[in-house]
Amino acid sequence: MAKEVKVLGKWPSPFVMRARIALHLKSVDYEFIEESMQPKSELLLKSNPVHKKIPVLLHHEKPICESLIIVQYVDEAFSTGSSILPSNPYDRAIQRFWAAYLDDKWFPAFQGVSRAPNEEAKAKGLEQVREGLSLLEDAFDKCSNGKPFFGGDKIGYLDIAFGSYLGWVRVSEKMNNIELISKDKTPKLHAWAERFSANDAVKDYMPETEKLMGFAKMLMAKYQAAAST
Amino acid sequence: MTNDHQHFIPFPSKTETELRVIKMGEEVILLDFWSSPFGMRVRIALAEKGIDYEEREENLNNKSSLLLKMNPIHKQIPVLIHKGRPICESMIIVQYIDEVWQNKVSLMPSDPYDKAIARFWADYIDKKIYSIGKLVWVSEGEVQEAAKKELVECFKLLEKELGDKHFFGGQNLNIVDVALIPFYTWFYALETCGNFSIVEECPHLVGWAKRCMDKQTVSNSLPDQYKIYTHLLELRNQHLAHLKG
Repeated sequence: MAKEVKVLGKWPSPFVMRARIALHLKSVDYEFIEESMQPKSELLLKSNPVHKKIPVLLHHEKPICESLIIVQYVDEAFSTGSSILPSNPYDRAIQRFWAAYLDDKWFPAFQGVSRAPNEEAKAKGLEQVREGLSLLEDAFDKCSNGKPFFGGDKIGYLDIAFGSYLGWVRVSEKMNNIELISKDKTPKLHAWAERFSANDAVKDYMPETEKLMGFAKMLMAKYQAAAST
Repeated sequence: MTNDHQHFIPFPSKTETELRVIKMGEEVILLDFWSSPFGMRVRIALAEKGIDYEEREENLNNKSSLLLKMNPIHKQIPVLIHKGRPICESMIIVQYIDEVWQNKVSLMPSDPYDKAIARFWADYIDKKIYSIGKLVWVSEGEVQEAAKKELVECFKLLEKELGDKHFFGGQNLNIVDVALIPFYTWFYALETCGNFSIVEECPHLVGWAKRCMDKQTVSNSLPDQYKIYTHLLELRNQHLAHLKG
C-alpha cells in the first residue's frame, strides 16, 4: 500500500534533512524518493512548479514546499511526539527570527566562502561566517536556558534549522583546514553540535563528512567550469 | 493540545474594566518608517486586531538608540516592542500578533495544510516582490525591462493563486493579503517609471487591491500612492546619479 507521506529529496541537502528530522521526531512513517535533480522528475515539477526545488513533502498527494514551512506543517499536522515549535508566541518569534537569519544571511555568506574568487574575498567571507556563529552562540545561551538544545530539553525548530547545516560546516572546516565551530570561540555551539548530530532523530540523516566532501568537490568543479566559460 | 498563550482571556468572562487594565499593561510600540511596505504589514495586522499601539517614526539616516538596541542584528524597521521585548522581521511580527491576540479575527487559516499554503505564498512574496519591484522603479534600460517582465509574471502567478476569492484569505484578510497589499502603494511609481499598466496586465490583482483598500484597516495603514511615487522617484534619481557620477 502506498505510504500517505512522501518526501522528495536528495541526501546532501540540508533542507531535505530538516524535513526528515521533523518527521522522525513525530514518528511519521514515510517514503523517501531520492531525486536526481538532473533532470528534475515529473513528480517534482508537478509538485513544486513555482520553485522546482527539493524538499517537497507530499501528504495524501498534496504538496508542501519550503523546508521550514514543511517543518511547521509536520509539527501542526501530526500530534505524536513532542512539539517542534515552542508554545509561547514570543519564543516562537525568536526561533523563527534566528532560522530566517540563518537562511537569509548566514548560509549565503557561508556558501560565498567556497565560491570566493580570491583569498581576500575568502577571508572576508569567513569573518562574516564567524561573526554569525558568535551571534548564534549568544542566541543558544538565551534560547536554551541551560538546557541541551535551542528548543530546551528536546530538539526544536531552531535546532533543526541550524543543525541541518552542520554536515556542510564540517566539510568546509576540513577542506579549508580551519575551525568554524570551535571549543574555545563557540564552546556552547560546539557541544550542542555533537549532541545534535548524535541524536536519534538526526544521526541517520546527517551525511558523512567524507561522502559529503566528495560531493562538494564535484559541485565546486562544476561551478568553476561554468564560471570560467 | 492545550493553548497556553499567556494573554488569551476568554472574552465573555471578564468585565470591561478588567480588560482595560490588562490592555494598559500590554503596551505595544511599533518602530516604523512611513514608506516601508514592511512597516505597513505590521500596521495592517495591528489594525485588523484592533490593538492600540504607539507608533514611533524612525529617522533611517539617524537611527534611534532604541532601534539599535531592539534590533542589533539587522538595525531595521519594523520592530514591534511588546511589554518591553522586541520582535523583528515583518512576517514574524505579523504571525506573533496573530498568535498573541487570538480573540479577534484570525490572520491564519486553522487547517495545517491551508496554513502551509498561506506561509508558502507569503514567503514567495517576500522572496520576489520587493527586490524585483525595486528594480523596476530604480533602474532603467534592459535591467528595468527584464524586471518589469518578471514582476508581471509574479503578479500573474499571484492572480492565479487568488482565483475568484474575495481575498487570499477568503472573506477576510490573511497573511498573504497582509504581505502583498503594501506593494499596492508602489503601483503608480511602478507604472510611471516602468511605462506600463498594471491594471491592463493584471486586472484581477488590481480588483483585489481595491477590495483591500475598501477596508479601513488597510486604507488607514497605507500612505498615498503619489506620496510614495515622489519618494521613490527621489531614491531613483539619487541611484542613477550615483551610477553615472
